Amino acid sequence: MPKHILEMRKITKTFPGVKALSDVELSVIDGEIHGICGENGAGKSTLMKVLSGVYPYGTYEGDIVFDDEVQQFHSIPDSEHKGIVIIHQELALIPYLSVAENIFLGNERRGKNGMIDWNQTNHDAMKLLDQVGLDENPTTPVNQLGVGKQQLIEIAKALSKDVRLLILDEPTSALNDDDSEHLLGLLRMLKERGITSIMISHKLNEIQEICDRTTIIRDGHTIETIDVVNEAGIQDRIIRGMVGRDLTNRYPKREHVVGEELFRVEDWTVYHPTQPGRIVVDNASFNVRKGEVVGIAGVMGAGRTELAMSLFGRSYGRDISGRMYMHGEEIHARDVSEAIKNGLAYATEDRKRYGLNLIDDVRRNISSAALFKLAKRGWVDGNREIKVAEEYRGSMNIKTPSVMQTVGNLSGGNQQKVVLSKWIYSDAEVMILDEPTRGIDVGAKYEIYTIVNRLVAAGKAVIIISSELPELLGTCDRIYTLAFGVVTGEVPVAEATQEGLMALMTQEKATKDKEVRA
Amino acid sequence: MTGTANIRELLTRNMRTSGIYIAFVAIVALFFFLTGGTSLSPQNVTNLVLQYSYILILAIGMVMVIIAGHIDLSVGSVVAVTGAISAVLVIKHDMPWWVGVLAALGTGVLIGAWQGFWVAFVGIPAFITTLAGMLLFRGLTLLVLGNISLSPFPPQYQKIASGFQNGLLGGNGYDVFTLVVFAVAVAAYFFSAWRTRSSRIAYEQPVEAFPLFIVKLVVVAAVVMWFAWQLANARGLPNVLIILAILVIAYSLVTQRTVFGRHVYAVGGNLAAAMLSGVKVRWVNFGVMLNMGILASVAGIVYSSRSNGAQPAAGNMFELDAIAACFIGGAAVTGGVGRVTGAIVGGLIMAVMSNGMQLMGVDQSVQSVVKGLVLLLAVAFDVYNKRRAGAR
Repeated sequence: MPKHILEMRKITKTFPGVKALSDVELSVIDGEIHGICGENGAGKSTLMKVLSGVYPYGTYEGDIVFDDEVQQFHSIPDSEHKGIVIIHQELALIPYLSVAENIFLGNERRGKNGMIDWNQTNHDAMKLLDQVGLDENPTTPVNQLGVGKQQLIEIAKALSKDVRLLILDEPTSALNDDDSEHLLGLLRMLKERGITSIMISHKLNEIQEICDRTTIIRDGHTIETIDVVNEAGIQDRIIRGMVGRDLTNRYPKREHVVGEELFRVEDWTVYHPTQPGRIVVDNASFNVRKGEVVGIAGVMGAGRTELAMSLFGRSYGRDISGRMYMHGEEIHARDVSEAIKNGLAYATEDRKRYGLNLIDDVRRNISSAALFKLAKRGWVDGNREIKVAEEYRGSMNIKTPSVMQTVGNLSGGNQQKVVLSKWIYSDAEVMILDEPTRGIDVGAKYEIYTIVNRLVAAGKAVIIISSELPELLGTCDRIYTLAFGVVTGEVPVAEATQEGLMALMTQEKATKDKEVRA
Repeated sequence: MTGTANIRELLTRNMRTSGIYIAFVAIVALFFFLTGGTSLSPQNVTNLVLQYSYILILAIGMVMVIIAGHIDLSVGSVVAVTGAISAVLVIKHDMPWWVGVLAALGTGVLIGAWQGFWVAFVGIPAFITTLAGMLLFRGLTLLVLGNISLSPFPPQYQKIASGFQNGLLGGNGYDVFTLVVFAVAVAAYFFSAWRTRSSRIAYEQPVEAFPLFIVKLVVVAAVVMWFAWQLANARGLPNVLIILAILVIAYSLVTQRTVFGRHVYAVGGNLAAAMLSGVKVRWVNFGVMLNMGILASVAGIVYSSRSNGAQPAAGNMFELDAIAACFIGGAAVTGGVGRVTGAIVGGLIMAVMSNGMQLMGVDQSVQSVVKGLVLLLAVAFDVYNKRRAGAR
């Protein structure tokens, strides 16, 4: 019987209205590399937050047993004190501080007089950098280093805390092939030194390559923990576990009547806005026809939102290249108002931050993208505006006492209907809906799908971006898969399966131009 | 669903906007008693208008800057430099009064465009841009004036701020013209309120109960006509009040009824959402800063006219009074919320307080303490309101 360093027993975590985790079991053997797989929203990150004390003891049910003792972590320092260190997907380094300052942040090397001993700090940092195979000056500000090196600094920081269990959340999602390979090698080396790791990853080939065992989580439940053996079929088994749920009748029926091509994108390439040389969308091409719903499937970080926002008036990224065609003619959308005039609309995945003016009312939010339609020589016709808002309140079934109601007071589903009303009123022909049903309840989801059906029945085209595969299978005519910025597949819905899509979404295309310029 | 709202609903629903009117009435009443009625004498009411008009003009521009999510610390210096340029031309070089006015306005346009450029197109936060402007334009004032005060202006220029329209229709110890102007204004207000109400009913929007609507109109009419009576009994209708009234009406319409005005609210309410809705955020930011420059130059003209000259230290601390007026008047520190009328009432609250305390002979130091506390309480009230709204 191998010794377990960590056992999480019957972990249940409830948020208002949602059970994020129910009776999750996770046991990690001392000295192994343990993978965690699951779809977006399956509960992986929540589980790791419970483990690391982000959600303190008492806010969840179940036991965390570490080193054969039940632990009660009240905060991150509590878990770090025991040697559990988590490295988040979004790196938590402070850009303008030096490598050494970052490594010892919160854990400063102090001299006798209570002041920071910089010589000691830099000396210790050098030793840690050496351990992770990074040849950098400890006084270099971290923003001068690439993401791959920053990731290694995070690990050096973990080592400085005498880590025993290292948790990595999607550690290679932002890295190129070389950096990924280096990181995986480092994890193997740490394993030889007796450090246990938990790795959350969407890249199944990495899981297969490096993990000893992996646990699959779906919809807040543990599905199974399997030994990762080096044989074909193991990835298929993981995918089956990740998506294996029934498609019930949660989607309204629709006549599939598809017309001629309406919108086409060719060779669309987008670079990261702040990290030079990092390609976020790589030569993407796709099209959508009149009356068609096209899905874009991809895990978080695959470049879905970045693709959509860069198309929509270059709202994301830099050095954008590629062509867009509407009705067969090339169009340009240098800014958002030009995109709107060309018949594009983009309903964001984060409606509170990017979609709505929460302190303003329903009426003004609906008219905000097409105020020019209500205005004559710069003067807004307030009465017509109310009338328009009332029409949408009726046709979209927005549940609000009045169109003068502040949008911030509406439920998520009704807020989303306001967002859709706004874009429908802008006379968009192509609507890009980014995670249109995120965070809204089942009933409202059904209504949103009905609205989508109504739009395509009226000859519009809809592009749905989603990480929920059943949603795409239930609503789309065709589905494109996006993985690491590359369009990896195009599947008619009749031939699509969750397993097939997931395989395409996690496929890593070795592309030469993903090499970093910097 | 033609709902009718009762008084309590009306007050609680719009606590943020109605609270300020209640506060205003309370403060006016307080000083009426504290000064033994002097604060509401015809002479003092007239003085109040003359003395604080430039702060109110600045507050109109400032509230738009604040709604858009910025701040302008330079307006006091802009008041000084525009007044100084006007004074140099008119007093030193004997140019006609209107050359001074045009030169001041032109300077305001240039200054507004200058600050708008840095804020909107270079992306320097307005706080920094206008802090620099505050130093820059104060320095230019000293340069233009050669460090000395200039005075006096010719009578035509003085009339801009100190003149009155009266006697046009004769009078018996009180000015009939003033009363007629105000009566027409009240009638126009009745008409507009009635039309708004009818169209809201036509669009099935909730309105207040009919008796309440009438009571509201009568109260407003009574207050306005009483104010007119006080003015008529003093020196008639101040020119400055006409300027102010035109600006308040024009900017209320601009902020509430135009695409530009709505974009200002959108930018301040949620910058990212506004950008993704096709609002040309940079031009909106440029617009509010440009407009602030112009209004600051109007205030500069009025101030130089009233003080009958230009001084190196003119307009000192005006920015703080204007900003305070906006926040007392319900503008939100985070942007997206505020009204021109609110800023005006906020400015009047400051004016009544300062004026009342001066009448009572309260020491300058105490006045400053009281004003500071009022500002703090007003914003605390705003934050409290927002938290309550967020909790729902």
